[in-house]
Amino acid sequence: MAKKLGLKERYALLTRGLDWETSYQPMDEVFPYDKYEGIKIKDWDGWADPFRLTMDAYWKYQAEKERKLYAILDAFQQNNGQLNISDARYLSAVKLWLQGITPLEYAAHRGFAHAGRAFRGAGARIACQMQSIDELRHAQTQLHAFSHYNKFFNGFHGFAHMRDRAWYLSIPKSFFEDAMTAGPFEFVTSISFSFEYVLTNLLFMPFVSGAAYNGDMATTTFGFSAQSDESRHMTLGLEVVKFMLQQDEGNVPIVQGWLDKWFWRGYRLLGLVGTMMDYMLPRKVMSWQEAWGIYWEENGAALFHDLGRYGIRLPRHHEVAAKEKGRLTHEMWTVLYQYGNALSLHTWVPDDEEIAWLSEKYGETFDRLYKPRLLFLREREERGERYFNNRLPMVCQVCQIPMFYTEPDDPLTQCVRIVEAAGTRHHCCSDGCADIFNHEPMKYVQALIPPQQIYRGEAGGARNIFEYAAWLHLERDVDTGEYRGSPDQNNWEAWQQAHKAKPANAA
Amino acid sequence: MADKVFIALQNNAEAQPIISAILADNPEAVLTESPGMVKIDCPTRLVVKRESVEAQLGREFNLQELHINLISLGGNLDEDDDEFVLSWQA
Repeated sequence: MAKKLGLKERYALLTRGLDWETSYQPMDEVFPYDKYEGIKIKDWDGWADPFRLTMDAYWKYQAEKERKLYAILDAFQQNNGQLNISDARYLSAVKLWLQGITPLEYAAHRGFAHAGRAFRGAGARIACQMQSIDELRHAQTQLHAFSHYNKFFNGFHGFAHMRDRAWYLSIPKSFFEDAMTAGPFEFVTSISFSFEYVLTNLLFMPFVSGAAYNGDMATTTFGFSAQSDESRHMTLGLEVVKFMLQQDEGNVPIVQGWLDKWFWRGYRLLGLVGTMMDYMLPRKVMSWQEAWGIYWEENGAALFHDLGRYGIRLPRHHEVAAKEKGRLTHEMWTVLYQYGNALSLHTWVPDDEEIAWLSEKYGETFDRLYKPRLLFLREREERGERYFNNRLPMVCQVCQIPMFYTEPDDPLTQCVRIVEAAGTRHHCCSDGCADIFNHEPMKYVQALIPPQQIYRGEAGGARNIFEYAAWLHLERDVDTGEYRGSPDQNNWEAWQQAHKAKPANAA
Repeated sequence: MADKVFIALQNNAEAQPIISAILADNPEAVLTESPGMVKIDCPTRLVVKRESVEAQLGREFNLQELHINLISLGGNLDEDDDEFVLSWQA
């Protein structure tokens, strides 16, 4: 009897030699996008799939994961799993996810579908197409997991309408649109490698562990299930980068430039996740400072050390991230807190136990610079003057985050970098963003900046922050505003009382 | 100090034999538990062997079943029917 083929041979036979050189049209016409970035590929056959997953195996294992996940989501719903979370404040993290991340999964689905058409190498096309399906799966599973919370809590309903209208959601939106409007090689480098390999653990581990620590079984299960897809994406990202670096020496500086840009853009985006970790989780997993230490300074360093053999160095401005790690989340939380009338999630001043935890984790810097601010905000709230800033912030032209960042070496001086192009002046939050702007100024001068658009009357003519929130389909102090005294808090406390009360007799 | 590779798995019943096999085959591996998840770190190289998993599990095992309980990993991957290897080069 013939010997069974090994995985490597089986994989090669099922996935190679099935494409062809076109004869009706030149290859360059059929694949018009994969050369303009300057990346030279001498031999597409050099592409090596990291996971040897054939289509039949893909469907089999994905189906098994779906069966398990949806069984858990059903059990969660049937068993009123929403009552087991630590506290309704935790849901600000879930609302942030639904509004900020789920639309990015959908954007990734579209982006990989596009890249999956653009590469002339069949191996790369297949990998992108499978990832496109995975990303659609993520959007769907997140929606299913979170839809249960929408039955009981506020702030969830508007995510789709808000995606193109909410000022703070242009942060994730512009991140992905920057990638999608680049070429296919930059797209895969930015998302598969920089976001899904270098920085993924800083997104998933905090959110998913945060969910696990705070009793949210639905999100935890979705998160672990999605992250296994991510491990395929990660290896795709690493493979794409190694492939480009191996194919031609001229690719090295182009790739390095992309790694510099996307490390910085990804790091800026993750500031929201760090703030979530430090401020939105009633039960903390670890501090942002600790997470950055493990997942970037240790794991990321190992990765870039490995790439050193190709001539790659650590990304520019990584030392700024190290300087900011003890400060950024405290600065960002006070920004979210003050713009609460235009957020579809609640904010609050942390209680004494939480402030003690922050003090323990962050030490002298927190005690000196940020604790006094939180106590000041608390004191105002107790006087009945809970602080809201009812204007809109100036945001960075590149990352679109409010310009609250402080100088890397001076936490009491705002960091502002002025950039100019095509006769207009713009503002960036950092050297990292200014570098990105200056490398492709004609791209970023076209960026749609929500506060500017809103002030110009494009938000349905809204004349103040409350009319703007209404245009976002948000109800004042129900979806928006302070947590204390909100319907979410009142309902939560009533349900917890009922849950603990002696059950009534059935008859 | 050598760069570490890692693998993270769901901390459920199905994954226990895999976790045991990894710890047995990789003497320098360090296990860290958090809610719902285990992370196994190892200097330079980590191998998951099909035979070792089968010995723990008591049935035939396809290494690609790892996908069902896998959460994340770090390192260059090489897989065939018998071994799933994560490694960094110096």
